[in-house]
Amino acid sequence: MAEYLLELKDIVKRFPGVTALDHVQFQLKKGEIHALMGENGAGKSTFIKIITGVHIPEEGQIFLNGEEVFFCNPLDASAKSIAAIYQHSTAYPHLTVAENIFISHYEKRKRLLNWPAMYKKAEKLLRDLGSDIDPREEIGSLTVAEQQVVEIAKAISANAKILIMDEPTAALSERECEQLYRITGQLKENGTSIIFISHRIEDMYRLASRVTVFRDSRYIATYEVEGLEKDQLISAMVGRKISDLYPKREIKKGAPVLQVEHLSRQGVFKDISFEVHQGEVLGFAGLVGAGRTELFESIYGIAPFDSGTIRLDQKEVRFHHPEEAIRAGVGYLPEDRQRHGLVLSWEIFKNVTLSTLSKYTSLRGIDTKKEKEAARKSSEELSTKIQSVYDTAESLSGGNQQKVVVSKLLDADLKVLILDEPTKGVDVGAKAQIYEIIMDLAEKGYAIILISSEMPEVVSMSDRIAVMANGRLPEIVDAKRTTQEQILEIALNLNRQKG
Amino acid sequence: MNDKRNIFSRNIREIVLAFMIVLIAFAVQFRTGGLFFTGSNLFDLLREASILIMVSMGLMMVILTGNIDLSIGSIMGLSGMLCALTLKNHQDIPLFFLFLLAVFIGAFCGFLNGFIVAKLHVYALIATLATKYIFRGVIYLFSGGAWVAQAEMTPEFIAITTVRFLGINSLIWFAAGITILSFVYLNYTSSGRHLFAVGNSQSAAEVTGIRIRLTQIRSFVLCGIIAGLAGLLWVCKYGNAQSESCDGYEISVIASVVAGGCSIAGGEGTVAGVLLGALLMGTLNNILPLIRVSTYWQQAIKGFIILISIVINAAMQKRVKKQELRRREL
Repeated sequence: MAEYLLELKDIVKRFPGVTALDHVQFQLKKGEIHALMGENGAGKSTFIKIITGVHIPEEGQIFLNGEEVFFCNPLDASAKSIAAIYQHSTAYPHLTVAENIFISHYEKRKRLLNWPAMYKKAEKLLRDLGSDIDPREEIGSLTVAEQQVVEIAKAISANAKILIMDEPTAALSERECEQLYRITGQLKENGTSIIFISHRIEDMYRLASRVTVFRDSRYIATYEVEGLEKDQLISAMVGRKISDLYPKREIKKGAPVLQVEHLSRQGVFKDISFEVHQGEVLGFAGLVGAGRTELFESIYGIAPFDSGTIRLDQKEVRFHHPEEAIRAGVGYLPEDRQRHGLVLSWEIFKNVTLSTLSKYTSLRGIDTKKEKEAARKSSEELSTKIQSVYDTAESLSGGNQQKVVVSKLLDADLKVLILDEPTKGVDVGAKAQIYEIIMDLAEKGYAIILISSEMPEVVSMSDRIAVMANGRLPEIVDAKRTTQEQILEIALNLNRQKG
Repeated sequence: MNDKRNIFSRNIREIVLAFMIVLIAFAVQFRTGGLFFTGSNLFDLLREASILIMVSMGLMMVILTGNIDLSIGSIMGLSGMLCALTLKNHQDIPLFFLFLLAVFIGAFCGFLNGFIVAKLHVYALIATLATKYIFRGVIYLFSGGAWVAQAEMTPEFIAITTVRFLGINSLIWFAAGITILSFVYLNYTSSGRHLFAVGNSQSAAEVTGIRIRLTQIRSFVLCGIIAGLAGLLWVCKYGNAQSESCDGYEISVIASVVAGGCSIAGGEGTVAGVLLGALLMGTLNNILPLIRVSTYWQQAIKGFIILISIVINAAMQKRVKKQELRRREL
């Protein structure tokens, strides 16, 4: 009998432009709950995908029960009873809840699928999880939290010996978390070994017996949870003083630029009021699915809203289309820059001037010389690492792509910048640069809205923080007088009342 | 109470379509003074729609995975022509072999489409647009532009689509068989469900370990097989094989599948919906001449009715979605 149920040695995984995992190691004992911690971008998600066979590592070995195994695809891993709940939903939106649960191991009778049995089993699984989701509902019509519960049911029903949970509590209310803790404990008693990935330190203390820390794509250390000091863990995760990473400066605030009052949209957000001043960074914190992105899509004119008012420089406005918003001076940096922010196959200079083309157009057509000049200038200002402005956007790393999107925003004459998860999927070095840029912009007098799910980022970069929960905005707090724990408390409290 | 609402909202498309067909049928019944609802006319209608129903089932498999097949008409023509030529030159060939030939031709063409789309990563719209012309070209190469006329076929061959079983024409049996097989395949086998899965989310399918490319190729092959069979039946039914047979037929098929509520983006659709969609199109083909609508107007009316059914469909779905949002408490 091998000492470890699962052992990974010297794993290296590279993606174009990034080393996602740099010689990391990991050991899982039988029947333990092992927490895997680290900041966003530390390589945790990639690591799991290697265990589950979605990604194939360039170097390194995987041992299961002391025997070396090679996973070429997810089926190989699930054949060895390894199951995972991913951070990003892997649901099939138009299929029913029951089918989503059983898709990798359909119940059959005489070689045909046995739907009544699947519905019945799905219902039992969900009720055991304390949920009243209808297994016949299309999963796409459920909330994020409900979908997460279905994902858990799916992994349980696959009879996993090793269960990997990637941020399972991120979108859950306190009550749902309690249920998850209970269920996880149950699974452990039944002999399942669990790898638990979470940002939340309390998750780790509640559940895990050991914890492994990754940072900047590297393995840092493995600790016994008992007797582990919180500070020791945090410094292992962060690896540097917070003040080095977040270059927060004091900037004089001007007049209010964007004022939102009692904004509501049926079933999405309700009674949202806030204002943001010149030179201010207003953070928007909250759990996944709290309605932040939806709120700003409505303000920006991508989606409608039902009632309430938006005022820009004291004048009431309502944008029906993003173009109107840009012309009025409101810019939006979308969360998914590859899908919504860039034309990946285009050259950088074309991307930079895309939303402001009329500035470069005359009767003779588009003045590409002027376009390139503008792109060159903004690349220098933001110190974007490019060979030339003819490079295509897809050839850049995540951080530099983000800078191109910012260049594009700045090319328009804006007053308000809405930044939705600007550092998502960007490595630590580029993050620091993006923070610098944010402060520079605030200094120039932009009013900045920073939507972020990374607590340290929101707390360190904002002047004030609006905390959203379940489509509402219960409180705006002063960033200097608050802590991550307090914000989480607000975000969860409202959920708890409702949930 | 809750269940009732769900049954309604889950089957909204089928209900709208069935309602449209009934509405049209009654309008025609009224217009023709009772000529429409005679038993023989209803069976005629089914018989006329049979080939469309079959092929729609085939195309549905492709559309479910998020692809499209524009070469269907050419596959039908090719299979029909090759079967007819084989029959012409070997009058004593067992019919069974002709069916085998039709299936084989369809499967081969479908595989070619699937291979180009899944392995060479060409958009299905473009890949099958190209093969549409290639297959059509191959027909001309074999036929030399000539027909195969009824006189060159055997009576047994023509009988394929004229025999009756239990008083019902064989074409209807073929359509029923294909529909039932499609229903079982798409709802009760994991291979069939994987078509939905791939159309829903390729990234999720990847994580589940579904072989995406293989699934896509399979959908094209199944579609090709059905188109091949349909091509053979087409030749029997009309008693001749021309080089232009079924040219442009794919448009009617796409219309049926889309009117039947399949999402062109993939992942959504039901056999019942497609059956109703094909029936709607078939009914229109049948009754517009019956009520003496000018041939000039028939096309436009068809297009208009497809548009209405799709718009109603979309509007109803939007309403259901809004109601769902309204139920969510904030």
